[in-house]
Amino acid sequence: MTVAGLSYEQAPPFAAPLRFFLIAPLFLLLAAGLALFLSDWQSNRWSPAALGLTHLITLGYLTMVMLGALLQILPVVLGAPVPDVRRVAWFGLLGLSIGTPSLALGFMLAEPHWLHAGMTILVAGLLPVIVSIAFGLVRSAAPHVAWPIRQAAFALVVTLTLGIALAGGLSGLWTLPTSADLTPLHAAWGLIGWILLLVIGVAYQVVPMLQITPPYPAWLSRWLTWIMLAGLLLFSGLAQPGWGEAASLIGELAICAASIGFALATLRIQARRRRKVPDVTLDFWRLGMASLILSALLFPLLAWLPDIWQERARISLGLAFLLGFAASVVSGMLYKIVPFLAWFHLKTQTGAKVGAIPNMKEMIPDKLARPHFRLHLAMLILLLPAPFLPAPASEFATSAGLLLLAAGAVRQWLNLLRARRLFLRHGGRLD
Amino acid sequence: MTDITHYLAADHTHCDDLFAEAENAVASTDWLNGQSRFQAYEAATLHHFAREESVLFPAFEARTGMSHGPTAVMRGEHVEMRETLQAMGQAIAKRDADAYLGLSETMLMLMRQHNLKEEQILYPMADQALADTAGEMVRQMEMLAG
Repeated sequence: MTVAGLSYEQAPPFAAPLRFFLIAPLFLLLAAGLALFLSDWQSNRWSPAALGLTHLITLGYLTMVMLGALLQILPVVLGAPVPDVRRVAWFGLLGLSIGTPSLALGFMLAEPHWLHAGMTILVAGLLPVIVSIAFGLVRSAAPHVAWPIRQAAFALVVTLTLGIALAGGLSGLWTLPTSADLTPLHAAWGLIGWILLLVIGVAYQVVPMLQITPPYPAWLSRWLTWIMLAGLLLFSGLAQPGWGEAASLIGELAICAASIGFALATLRIQARRRRKVPDVTLDFWRLGMASLILSALLFPLLAWLPDIWQERARISLGLAFLLGFAASVVSGMLYKIVPFLAWFHLKTQTGAKVGAIPNMKEMIPDKLARPHFRLHLAMLILLLPAPFLPAPASEFATSAGLLLLAAGAVRQWLNLLRARRLFLRHGGRLD
Repeated sequence: MTDITHYLAADHTHCDDLFAEAENAVASTDWLNGQSRFQAYEAATLHHFAREESVLFPAFEARTGMSHGPTAVMRGEHVEMRETLQAMGQAIAKRDADAYLGLSETMLMLMRQHNLKEEQILYPMADQALADTAGEMVRQMEMLAG
């Protein structure tokens, strides 16, 4: 058992996670901007535009923040030091920053060279990060706590592998077997496996920590992510031949039930929090959990919807999960992580007295974070029902929603930049 | 055996509760209540640090030979939290709610991450290393004057 990782000295310098956090909102802004000019993403979730936009959000925004945060959280909270963290952080950052737009361009222009380039750069950048994180996770000093995060890392590897297979097939590098449709599997492992499992693993640690709530029920934190993983495996058709369809359905339902269970448990312990001060992070989390419940309720109903609503409902579901659930949770976390790290590194670097440097609320004041939440909420209220509205109203709601998404991304970016500016102004150094 | 973990984790919960009460009172600018709650919180926290620094850590270090290991990290974090507590006390004295709430947000992050590390890593290690004397450890910490 190693405990070296408990120390902040094992964590990366402030600059490393901060670069991830400052680049991420720009990808969200890019996605919002492009979506305004592209229209076919609304008619088909597998359209080139939809695929490009989805990857800008999942890789450029969500994975960008999640990896930056993981490199910080693993050593400090889980006692799982990440080997060679500085260099590995650069690999991940460059891989995501360059590989993601290349990949998105490859989809949107149906251009194999860009697809190859994007795929290669992403793999080259993410592989060192994954290997390094895996080393840390194996040696974690708190193994039972690390399990959901291990599962999420495993799911990221599966997602990436399926993604490589798909991108290679799409760009003609190799021929995929016609019998296997890997696209829904890639999406499921990425959204449920990587994003949702990681959020759950982190939630077990941070939700009780931030609001002083009771812990999650022990049986839930012990088994829930295993149920989801089992659901994913069933969905992936590992069941007996002939039972494939039934197994897949059971897998889907298990995942939806577990998602709702997680969201309700989170809302329940948050309702019993001891800390009653208004908190924008709490609001982002509640919005995220409500969106997760909405997604998990909508998913099993898709099959029963009239044909003309099928695809629209899937677009709405994707938006509810990516922007309503994942982006809300990520935004809420950034408003704790960035002000705290700015304060902490400033204090450590300068040795200043606590009263002499800006505290967390001065790094990013509520009056700046709150408008971001309002923009985000208004965006969801417009974008989620937009696919179901009659033509002129639908177009208006979509455009207005995308403008709000862009405005929210800019607000978030400026808020995070403010913490960086105060950190530097008070004598902090970003190496 | 999880005696030490149980005992000190319960102490954390007690401090957390007092922290939340003080913060809730200050947030509603109930200064009289806020001041007394803060004082209770501060006293409980310092008492908890003392239990660790004068009973648990020395015993752990003596038994495991690790004097620059996890206990050194925890002592360092205690120093930081003591300083933040002091600044919070000054904000209360000045009736400056914004300053207090900014500092308490900072304190919460320091305190809860610190507690998490102790409860998930250090205390279980201590329970293992000091299994034969865990009951005695708890008794000594209980006896420590506040």
